[in-house]
Amino acid sequence: MRFVFKTTYRQDLGLFRDGAQRNWYVVLGLAMLVVPVLVPSYLVDISLVFIYGLCGLSLMVLAGYTGLVSLGHAAFLGIGAYAHVYFVQDWGLPWVISVALAAAVSAGVGVLVGLPALRMTGVYLTIATLAFALIIQEVLTRWERVTHGLKGRPVDKPVIFGVSLAHDAAFYFLCLAALIGGLWLTANLLRSPTGRAWVAIRDSEIAAQSMGVNLARYKTLAFAYSAALMGVAGALFAHKVGFLAPDIFSVLLSIQFLLMVVVGGLGSLHGAVFGAAFVAMLPVLISEARDRVPAWAGQVIALAGKDAGHATFLGLDRFVKQPGLEPGLFGLILVLFILFEPLGVYGRWRKIQVYFSTFPLYKRATFRRQKTYMRSERLR
Amino acid sequence: MMLEARDLSINFGGIRALDGVSFAMAPGEVFTIIGPNGAGKTTIFNLISRIYDPTQGRLIFRGQDITRVPPHEIARLGIARTFQNIELFAHASVLQNLLLGRHAHARGHFGEELLFLPRVRARELAHREAVEKVIDFLDLQAHRDSFVVNLPYGVRKVVEMARALCTEPTLLLLDEPSSGLSVEETEDMAFWIQDIRTLLGITVLMVEHDMSLVSAVSDRVLALDYGRVLTLGTPREVQEHPEVVKAYLGA
Repeated sequence: MRFVFKTTYRQDLGLFRDGAQRNWYVVLGLAMLVVPVLVPSYLVDISLVFIYGLCGLSLMVLAGYTGLVSLGHAAFLGIGAYAHVYFVQDWGLPWVISVALAAAVSAGVGVLVGLPALRMTGVYLTIATLAFALIIQEVLTRWERVTHGLKGRPVDKPVIFGVSLAHDAAFYFLCLAALIGGLWLTANLLRSPTGRAWVAIRDSEIAAQSMGVNLARYKTLAFAYSAALMGVAGALFAHKVGFLAPDIFSVLLSIQFLLMVVVGGLGSLHGAVFGAAFVAMLPVLISEARDRVPAWAGQVIALAGKDAGHATFLGLDRFVKQPGLEPGLFGLILVLFILFEPLGVYGRWRKIQVYFSTFPLYKRATFRRQKTYMRSERLR
Repeated sequence: MMLEARDLSINFGGIRALDGVSFAMAPGEVFTIIGPNGAGKTTIFNLISRIYDPTQGRLIFRGQDITRVPPHEIARLGIARTFQNIELFAHASVLQNLLLGRHAHARGHFGEELLFLPRVRARELAHREAVEKVIDFLDLQAHRDSFVVNLPYGVRKVVEMARALCTEPTLLLLDEPSSGLSVEETEDMAFWIQDIRTLLGITVLMVEHDMSLVSAVSDRVLALDYGRVLTLGTPREVQEHPEVVKAYLGA
């Protein structure tokens, strides 16, 4: 068991709980630096984890902290991606300025979506964002002068300050830097009055208002900030996929983003990153399994009998080549998480940490939430 | 006058929830509103917090007309409140709840907060010190880092009052401070209400059903029934008033 002695108020303002935690993050950072040497063939996949991490962060601010669930975040990703490519390739703007502008455009659209959202709560808002995403997808298809419509548009490799980042490792570090930057800015907001106002709106709008929180202002701010993060992610995403077409930014992608924050754990920055790793790596794992599991299983069963082994191989091979396997698995995992671990991967991670730090005195009741029946009538 | 209500009325559809209610509170007094269920007590609170718009009438707070002030400005003017059914931020720690109470004095620095500049840090430390004073005042030290969802009801009640005090109000609205509390906790509440008035110099307006608490702490009591004022006077006068007895006992 480790004790944290708090002796000044400053300790509660730090990004890390204590020196030990900070050192672990330094170790993690160093590990990230050597990843390109260790697993060069997976660099592109890991870059996608970082980009999705930014997306998770964006939706975490909105859904996890402010309590506004959006089913249209892929639209902001699309706006960011197309805006960035347009600014860089048609206007010839420098890369950094273009990304900043893409974020600003996305934030502007975020404000526009946020304004009607001020009058809607819960599931109605979710439906409204869904409709918004469909509209944006249609705009991306029809506005051919900018987006090239269904023909799609190829994306060049990023060139920053005259340095081409065509190499996978260079792009990996670019995405890593963007994710760390996003995490830092978001953590800063969350330890400031703005972040507290967001959490207050999530837990009780009426109390937040009585304490002086301007609901309209902070909800719009949450939408704008979330959309800006999504815009930056979109710019990186454009370079990652190398070719933009409107059907990439579908509702299915929005659902994957929501899956990310729920599986990761609503209401924690760790959750956003865990969820991103999960959603980005699952397709990779599935395709690996597709290639290898039937052969392995066939060989193992073949020890008992050659025909049985061959039959197992054929059966499994046919099963894993089913086209709907991936979305089916995603859905199954989401259901299992909501049933057994509503706090997500991060919640499970915390439980494991507490198990070891209090060993052998861990009790399951520590995390059992009491049901309260206090809130009867609410002013809504 | 601290707060003056002039001819306050509000209709919900065809129901007249308040009908020409007028009263005036002096600075430093503990003023209590009593009345049977549905008399319109909480409606008065919601009018002062600007959650509802009055159909007619005016509210004057320290000489300023607040009848049309937006609800989020009320806290900055110096009015704080608690809620009948506790509206705390359940999935945040007590400390975060209290720091949100400082929001009226802490807003509008988005750019600085994004980078967490030294200025933001200095302001946060100042807020923390203000919050710690309230924690000491209400003996909440043991619960500072606990999450509200894990706290018993009685403590939540105190935390909510603490959050209201963190806004540094001149007028505190307490909506049924003793509801759901044990006898001992109600006794503590009576002491705290007196301390808030005498030590902090805050004027208190409360809605309360527990007549022993009402008589112990209030200077004046307003009795309401069906949105109308029955009587206004000292706790003893009001309790003995025939109209009040009739409203409660239905005789």
